[in-house]
Amino acid sequence: MSTSTLEKHSKALDAAEDGASHTITITLRIRRFNPEVSEDATWQDFQLEMDPKERVLDALHKVKWEQDGTLTFRRSCAHGICGSDAMRINGKNRLACKTLLKDINPEKPITVEAIKGLTVLKDLVVDMEPFFQAYRDVMPFLITTGNQPTRERLQSAEDRERFDDTTKCILCAACTSSCPVFWNDGQYFGPAAIVNAHRFIFDSRDEGGEQRLEILNDKDGVWRCRTTFNCTDACPRGIEVTKAIQEVKRALITRRF
Amino acid sequence: MSAETTPAVNDSVSLYDVDNPAPVIEPPRKRTKKTPKTTRTNFEMYGWLFMRLSGIVLVVLVLGHLLLQLVLDGGVSKIGFAFVAGRWASPFWQVWDLVMLWLAMLHGANGLRTVINDYAQRDNTRFWLKMLLYTATVFTVLLGTLVIFTFDPNIR
Repeated sequence: MSTSTLEKHSKALDAAEDGASHTITITLRIRRFNPEVSEDATWQDFQLEMDPKERVLDALHKVKWEQDGTLTFRRSCAHGICGSDAMRINGKNRLACKTLLKDINPEKPITVEAIKGLTVLKDLVVDMEPFFQAYRDVMPFLITTGNQPTRERLQSAEDRERFDDTTKCILCAACTSSCPVFWNDGQYFGPAAIVNAHRFIFDSRDEGGEQRLEILNDKDGVWRCRTTFNCTDACPRGIEVTKAIQEVKRALITRRF
Repeated sequence: MSAETTPAVNDSVSLYDVDNPAPVIEPPRKRTKKTPKTTRTNFEMYGWLFMRLSGIVLVVLVLGHLLLQLVLDGGVSKIGFAFVAGRWASPFWQVWDLVMLWLAMLHGANGLRTVINDYAQRDNTRFWLKMLLYTATVFTVLLGTLVIFTFDPNIR
């Protein structure tokens, strides 16, 4: 071992240790709601010492574990896969576990509230049932006819590429609850359901595309989309949601004419 | 670390207990029996297509109309009874104005219909706003059509 390597290592270690002490004071402004205490939701401020490289979810954990155990929110994997901690952070729908404090201006109070358009049950927890109802309505499973093959259903790389973008959905509801059409009466299927229909409509192995298109041709289907692109901006997985919706519209039109 | 909290909840007194439970929050967006049935028509698709196609045609018709009426050949000052009478003597301008009237009115009415659908909160409000819209649209379209076809240049 040469000493230079060691020196380099210790320098890096020093930098890391220095970084660890660089905490800042942030204000977390959380929309609290408890139907058993008050019928109104209120904002509550929490002051925290946080490393700016930590995530909003870490700040929420710190509040729940050290300051106020009654704070209620959903989180499961905490690594942006399970999609349970979508919330409105500084007015934008994001996953708390994928949002770093340094990226959302920690100098000002960070507002955290439940996603819009769904009934708030407590604090940041909403009733997701209407969202999943719309998801179930588009039949998000493989539909085939005839006998099952004895081997895998093979697919070319190009055929797989056709719907690759929409396979990334984690059903966090960030898109649907950012959609102004969904906010109004909640009857619109919403971007997430259409994305998951798109995933099967354009799958070469699936044979239920016609049924799904018929469902999305509904009064509250794809035609209610106003292409505001809120869903594309909100998607934590970077799915081009509005593009997927437009592709379903195009499929519907080309099917008719 | 002490939290600097705004008085969010009065934690000592709870409004509800076992004998007096909190009201159930009705999810407003649940699918119930009152939820309108799914439609199996292509109306919305044709409406969406109509908006795009009529929009393209209207760009030509309306811009041409404005140019001819307000800019070219003396501008707005030339417009009078005689000018209109002269124009409508030709079937070409009759058809132009008729197509423009129908497309613009239906395009605008369909646009307003979607706006009402998106923004009206209660079913009753939505219904009556749409009725008002349809009445106004039908009245304007019929009146305009009547005038174009029964226009009499010799009227005193």
